[in-house]
Amino acid sequence: MTSTGTPQGVVGLSAAELARRLAAGELTSVDAVQAHLDRIRETDGAPVDPADRSRGKTGLNAFLHVNAEEALSVAAEVDAARARGEELPELAGVPIAVKDLIVTQGQPTTAASRMLEGWMSPYDATVTRKLRAARMPMLGKTNLDEFAMGSSNEHSAFGDTRNPWDLSRIPGGSGGGSAAAVTAFQTPLALGTDTGGSIRQPAALTGSVGVKPTYGGVSRYGVIAMASSLDQVGPVSRTVLDAALLHEVIGGHDPQDSTSLPDPVGDLAAQARAGAAGGGLAGLRVGVVKELTGEGFQPGVQQRFQEAVELLRSAGAEVVEVSTPNFKYALGAYYLIMSSEVSSNLAKYDGVRFGHRVLPEDGPLTIERVMGSTRAAGFGAEVKRRIILGTYALSAGYYDAYYGSAQKVRTLVQRDFAAAFEQVDVLVSPTAPTTAFERGAVDESADPMQMYLNDIATIPTNLAGVPAISVPGGLAPEDGLPVGIQFMAPARQDARLYRAGAGLEALLEQRWGGPLWQALPDTAALVRDLAGDPAAPDLSAPVRGGAR
Amino acid sequence: MNRSTEEVLSFDEAMEKYDPVLGFEVHVELNTRTKMFDAAPNVFGDEPNTNVTPVSLGLPGVLPVVNRVAVESAIKLGLALGCEIRPVSHFARKNYFYPDTPKNFQTSQYDEPIAENGSVDVELEDGTVFTVEIERAHMEEDAGKLTHMGGAAGRIQGADFSLVDYNRAGVPLIEIVTKPIVGAGSRAPELARVYVAMIREIVKNLGISDAKMERGNVRCDANVSLMPKGSATFGTRSETKNVNSLRAVERAVRFEIQRHAAVLDSGGTIVQETRHWHEDTRSTTSGRPKSDADDYRYFPEPDLVPVVTDHEWIERLRAELPEPPAERRRRLRTDWGFSDEEFRDVVNAGVLDEIEQTVAAGAAPAAARKWWMGEIARLANQRETEIADLGVTPQHVVELNGLIDAGKINDKLAKKVLAHVLDGEGSPAEVVERRGLAVVSDDSVLTAAIDDAMAQMPDVVAKVQAGKVQAVGALIGPVMKATRGQADAGRVRELILEKLGVQG
Repeated sequence: MTSTGTPQGVVGLSAAELARRLAAGELTSVDAVQAHLDRIRETDGAPVDPADRSRGKTGLNAFLHVNAEEALSVAAEVDAARARGEELPELAGVPIAVKDLIVTQGQPTTAASRMLEGWMSPYDATVTRKLRAARMPMLGKTNLDEFAMGSSNEHSAFGDTRNPWDLSRIPGGSGGGSAAAVTAFQTPLALGTDTGGSIRQPAALTGSVGVKPTYGGVSRYGVIAMASSLDQVGPVSRTVLDAALLHEVIGGHDPQDSTSLPDPVGDLAAQARAGAAGGGLAGLRVGVVKELTGEGFQPGVQQRFQEAVELLRSAGAEVVEVSTPNFKYALGAYYLIMSSEVSSNLAKYDGVRFGHRVLPEDGPLTIERVMGSTRAAGFGAEVKRRIILGTYALSAGYYDAYYGSAQKVRTLVQRDFAAAFEQVDVLVSPTAPTTAFERGAVDESADPMQMYLNDIATIPTNLAGVPAISVPGGLAPEDGLPVGIQFMAPARQDARLYRAGAGLEALLEQRWGGPLWQALPDTAALVRDLAGDPAAPDLSAPVRGGAR
Repeated sequence: MNRSTEEVLSFDEAMEKYDPVLGFEVHVELNTRTKMFDAAPNVFGDEPNTNVTPVSLGLPGVLPVVNRVAVESAIKLGLALGCEIRPVSHFARKNYFYPDTPKNFQTSQYDEPIAENGSVDVELEDGTVFTVEIERAHMEEDAGKLTHMGGAAGRIQGADFSLVDYNRAGVPLIEIVTKPIVGAGSRAPELARVYVAMIREIVKNLGISDAKMERGNVRCDANVSLMPKGSATFGTRSETKNVNSLRAVERAVRFEIQRHAAVLDSGGTIVQETRHWHEDTRSTTSGRPKSDADDYRYFPEPDLVPVVTDHEWIERLRAELPEPPAERRRRLRTDWGFSDEEFRDVVNAGVLDEIEQTVAAGAAPAAARKWWMGEIARLANQRETEIADLGVTPQHVVELNGLIDAGKINDKLAKKVLAHVLDGEGSPAEVVERRGLAVVSDDSVLTAAIDDAMAQMPDVVAKVQAGKVQAVGALIGPVMKATRGQADAGRVRELILEKLGVQG
């Protein structure tokens, strides 16, 4: 691998290493934050049209809002506190980016929707409060598919985020902004949310690390709901250890979330360290999910996955194949349950109390017509598609056939997991069936299912509430793009993911002679080239007619 | 929708031809400190939109958490209604777009309510006891309050704009749903009133609601349908909302029976719909059509875990239940020895608690009744306030009565003393002391006044001496006046007759 893309200096450091240097006094938080703000300026691009946010930016467009002033002031406070000799949390002063689905006082929260453009939350999400308590400067809010609905980031109302490995490709979704920001060294850490794969699939497609914790392990209070029974907040990072450190900051019980587990978060970083030191794989019972390989999976993805499985075996893991026969129904059940909850969760966006309000162009200003014109103008096509699907699935006469049946499938998927975890400690599969595809390659107006198939391997864990991690598995030979390897564990056994994930990460880095990102192209140069090249394709052009 | 065109049949005629079937949905607002699903205060009458949190306003990202005290209240009410309490019950979302619900759905219980299958006995004025079967009692949240501005008086039709107050949004409610009530016949309107009165009494007795109908703490939707005499097939029903007093419940049911009868008599069909009660015209008007096909797209609330009520908790609450109102009334009537009519008047006046406390504090039941039903009720009426808000305590009444029994004051003075007590001048004994209102018992003071009176009215003296003893009253009057009413009239009479050597 040729080392072209890893920037030298502070932004090239992991969160753990930044924390170490900050604690040792080798670096100030202000310098660390400033270096990342500079990197964002260098790579994220400028607005294509300052008067029209929907056209996005000339670069990565990973950030919807950059919070420079507050981040620097938090950093300065941390530096001052450290100078006074105060005891500080482990990640104090380490910068982080927050997916723009999580509410933050003092910064806009848009969910990448016109519906919330300009809205400022009067309160903090529980995870936001925890970041403040951990004294982590927030660099800003990252881009996503509108209301987290999408697998490509092309459904953002404010332009799509690009994949740092190839700017003509999508970074995955919905958390493409967080994944791209971490991959391109704009931030060492980011928060994501995962309803059907929105943390893990972008992690796979950008060669980063993403974790969906056990349902209830991280508070959802203040996380704009997409599908309440499936949504979960989790860490995005470049290393497994960094994800564990962030998970420890955000996890644990929250009395404001009724579905929150009572469990303490546990010592996840210690598990990651033990795994990286080679103490995790010998004797580990690993199940390869039969239903998540083969047909529909890109050959290069399959090849890297099989190599990863061989590495696990060579390190002493007991690898067996397990069957989960009901996984084939999971995608269908997911789209009914998710869209049903979406149809209800998004009903509050009506222009009455907050956010966007659009008056009808003519005719009487009745409440129904104002709500209707607001929702018609405020939501994008994919959000509308899911609201309509969910409304239909919950309707009288259809409920049993759609929502009711989907809930039964959900129970069957949970049983498949329970049966599998009787035999093995963790399950393993490719995270996504393909590598990152070209922007605009999937025509959803013709066939939305093609986009939904991206989440085939990630959805079962959301239905069952079990945790999963995606770690980089190398580059697919045919296109040179990242492949993700997914581990899944029983509910409340998130620690196993960190042990196994860090174990595999260490083995792969030994093979590669360093982390995967050494092969990353120079993002700053790519962005400069694109912005400055008159022959370059027009990045501001709508990616695809159907989805807008 | 022209309100003047509603034809009604006379009630008696309607009763000759049809049997009414009733059903009630009574919403009880709980008096918990905070709301059903968030920490906002549950307080009536504050500035609009001040008792709100991000959760009450349904802001992006918020989540509900169930109020345990509200669940406890629901269990108590379920037990008081003789219901079974579900070990596991669920919340659901009732989806509809309307700006009084900040989330555009109401969180309510649907197919698995906390309490089911109970009954409550109510007593009609003639003493008949009627058992009303309860289908369910479930927990839900109240909506905000809309105020329509401009246009027709307070109605949404023709309004220029509407204001919404979310202080009430999220206030805990329990909805009590009856099974269809048949067989009430011409007493259906009365049954409606006494049923709602009984629910109000039960929740007040349990201490779970302020139970003030005028504040909407107890709200009744009355379902009415008719079936031709002899038929057992229910007719189409109307659901009348906005019935906010006991009297209105009775009148609304009566009106709907008469209206249904007129429609059916003229060969028409009843539209299944919501109707609104208007106290001013004492009639209902059509609201929106409502049918069983109304599609609220109910589904289990994914943000809330199931409500689990373990056996121990239920049994502890059952043991703590207060005596049921009906049983309590039977016991008190016997203990106090009131006539049926006297007792009913006491119940209707709402002073059962006050009399019970007064008796407990040492007064005789008859004396307690006399005070609460007499002078105190009169003063409440005069001051246009509720007896409970008057500021008279059972201790005041006991003290007042003791002063009379001891001969310190007479009835007339006692009324004066009471008025001063209400004006905040202290306890009855303190008022008597400060204002010098005690009965004049010094015979020498009285004798002087009597001598004066006799000197001024020699003709009256002559009449009495001639045997017309009843004429003595003309002499007593001036004596009472001279002593500013503080003399004991009986003693004055005795002294006069003694002086004149006449036998009383």
